[in-house]
Amino acid sequence: MTAITWQRRRATASRFWADFRSHRSALAGLGILLFFGLVAVFASVLADPAGLDVTKATAPAHAAPSADYWLGTDQNGRSVLTLLIHGTRVSLIVGLAATAIAIVIGTIVGIMAGFYGGWARSTLMGFTDWFLVIPFLPLAIVMATVLGASLLNIVIVIGVTSWPGTARLVCAQTLSVRERPYMERARALGGGDWHQMTRHILPNVMPLVLAHVVLTVSVAILSETTLSFLGLGDPTRPSWGYILDNAYGTGAMSNGEWWFVLPPGLCVVLVVLAFTLVGRALEVVLNPRLREGS
Amino acid sequence: MRGYVLKKVGWSIGTLLFVVVFNFFLFRLLPGDPIGLYTRGRNMSPEQLIRLRQQLNRPIGEQFVEYLANPFASAINSTRFNRPVWEIIGERVWPTVLLVGTAVLVAAVAGVWLGIRSGWRRGSRFDRITTGTTNTLYAMPEFWVGMMLIMWLPFFPSGGINSVGVSGFFATAVDTAWHMVLPVTALAIVYLAEYTSIMRASLVDELRQDYLTLARAKGLREDLVRRRHAVPNALLPTMTLIFLNLGFVIGGAITVEYVFSWPGLGLLTAEALRGPDIPLLQAVFLLFSLGVIVFTLLADLLYAVLDPRVSTQ
Repeated sequence: MTAITWQRRRATASRFWADFRSHRSALAGLGILLFFGLVAVFASVLADPAGLDVTKATAPAHAAPSADYWLGTDQNGRSVLTLLIHGTRVSLIVGLAATAIAIVIGTIVGIMAGFYGGWARSTLMGFTDWFLVIPFLPLAIVMATVLGASLLNIVIVIGVTSWPGTARLVCAQTLSVRERPYMERARALGGGDWHQMTRHILPNVMPLVLAHVVLTVSVAILSETTLSFLGLGDPTRPSWGYILDNAYGTGAMSNGEWWFVLPPGLCVVLVVLAFTLVGRALEVVLNPRLREGS
Repeated sequence: MRGYVLKKVGWSIGTLLFVVVFNFFLFRLLPGDPIGLYTRGRNMSPEQLIRLRQQLNRPIGEQFVEYLANPFASAINSTRFNRPVWEIIGERVWPTVLLVGTAVLVAAVAGVWLGIRSGWRRGSRFDRITTGTTNTLYAMPEFWVGMMLIMWLPFFPSGGINSVGVSGFFATAVDTAWHMVLPVTALAIVYLAEYTSIMRASLVDELRQDYLTLARAKGLREDLVRRRHAVPNALLPTMTLIFLNLGFVIGGAITVEYVFSWPGLGLLTAEALRGPDIPLLQAVFLLFSLGVIVFTLLADLLYAVLDPRVSTQ
C-alpha cells in the first residue's frame, strides 16, 4: 500500500468519526456498549465464577438486597448480581456470534443473487422470501427444541433464522454496484467472477451491511433472551433470559422481589437500545439519503 | 389487476408448499428415537408400537406423499393431551385472536396518532420525546413488560382468562375484559413502538411531496393540509405494514400468553415445548406459518385496492 492510500483512508475515517460524533444518542449508545463490553470481558474479576455454582451457594434463597448481596439472591441462594455479570458475557457472545453467522449467510446469498442475476437471483431471492415468511420465533423455538439446549445451538438457531434480511439488503446493493463503470473496467481487464465479487462488490456493499449488522445484534440479543426465558437456553451458562425464567418460575413477581425481575430486563433494554441507537446513526452516516429534513 | 392477483396468489401457494415441505423435513431431523419422542408418557401396547415403527420405517418419499395429502389430519395424537392435535388447537384459537386483536387495535390507533403528531412537527420536543420513548419500548422484551406489570399492579388478575365461579354471559364478558387488561397492555406497549415509528416514517416521506406545497399554495389551513392531504397518503403504507405484521404478531404473543397463562396458541406452544410434544409443536408451527402467508396475501391485495398504481406496475 502506498502512503497516499493510507492518507486517504485516515481522512475517510476521521470524517466518518466526525459525522458519527454529531449524533449524541449514538455516542450515548457507544458508551453503554463500552460499559457492558468491559463487564463481559472482566466478568470473572468482578464476580467470582464459583458464585454461579448452585452447590456452593451459602446465602438464604430469595433474600432481599443487602451489603453482601447488592441485588439479593435467587431461588438457590446465588447472588443475582453475579448471575447478571456473567449473563452479560453470554448475552453478548450469543448476540455477536449469531449475527456473524447471519451476516455470512446473508452476504453470500445476497452477492451471488445480485451478481449472477437471472434465474440464480430468482431462485435465491425466492428462497429468501420464503424464509422471511416463516415466523421467526416459532421457527427458532422448533429448531432449539430439535437441536437441544446448548450455547452453540442457540447461536446456530438465531444465526440461521435471521439471515434473510441481510440477503435482501446485500442483493439490492449488489445490483446497483454491478452496473457501475469500474465493474466494466474490472471485467475488461479480465477479472474473474470471484475477483469481481470479493475485490469490487464486497468492499462497496460492506458499509451498508455494517449498519445492518449492528441492528441485527440487538434483535439477536432479544431473541436469545426470549428463547432462554422459554427454557431453551443452556442451563449451565446463565444469561439474562435465564434469570428472568427463574424469577418467573419461582414466583418472584407475586412476592414483590423487584431485584430479581427488574435488573436483568433493564440490562436487556439498555444493550438492545444502545445497539439500535448506534445502528441507526451508522445508517444515516453511511447512507446520506436517509438523512431527514434536508 | 387480474395478473397481479394471480401472481400474488401463485406466490402464496408456492410458499405454502415450501412451508409444508419444510415442516415435514424439519421434524425428521430429530436426534434420537422418534418413537420414544412421539409416545413419551403414554401407555401403548407393543402391537401399536410395532405398527407405529413400521409406519416410520417406510421409504421417506412414501411418508412425504402421505403427509402432503393432508397435513392437517395428523394420525398421531398430542402426547401431552392425548387428543388429536387439531382439536386442541381449535379450542385455543379464539383467546389468542381476542387478545392479539385487541392489543393490535389499541396499539394501531394510539401509534398512528402519535406518529402523525411527531412526524408532522419533526424535530420538535414532542417528536424527540416520542422517538426516544418508542426506541426504548422497542428494546423491551414483551414478557418482561408483562412481569413488571404483574409485580407493580397486583390488583389486576395476573393470569388466566376467567376467575373461578363466574357465570352468565355478561358477567363472564366483564371478567374476561378485566383479565385482559395486563396482557393487552404488555403487548400493546411493544407494538405501539413499532406502529408509531412506521407512521412517523411514512408521514416524513410525504412531507417533501409537491402536492403539499400545492395544498398550501391554495391557501388551505395547515391543519387541513395535514388531515386531508398528508395523512391519507401516509396511512397507506402504514395500514399495509400493520396488516402484514398481523401474521407475525400471533407468533409474538407466545411469551406474553405464557407469562399471563392466557389459554391461547402461544401458551399452547410453550406447553408443547415441555416434553417436548412433537406432534403438537409441528401442527402449531404449521398454523403460525399459514397465518403469516394468509396475512401477507391479504396485505398485498389490500394495498392494490387502496393504491391502484401498485397493480399496474
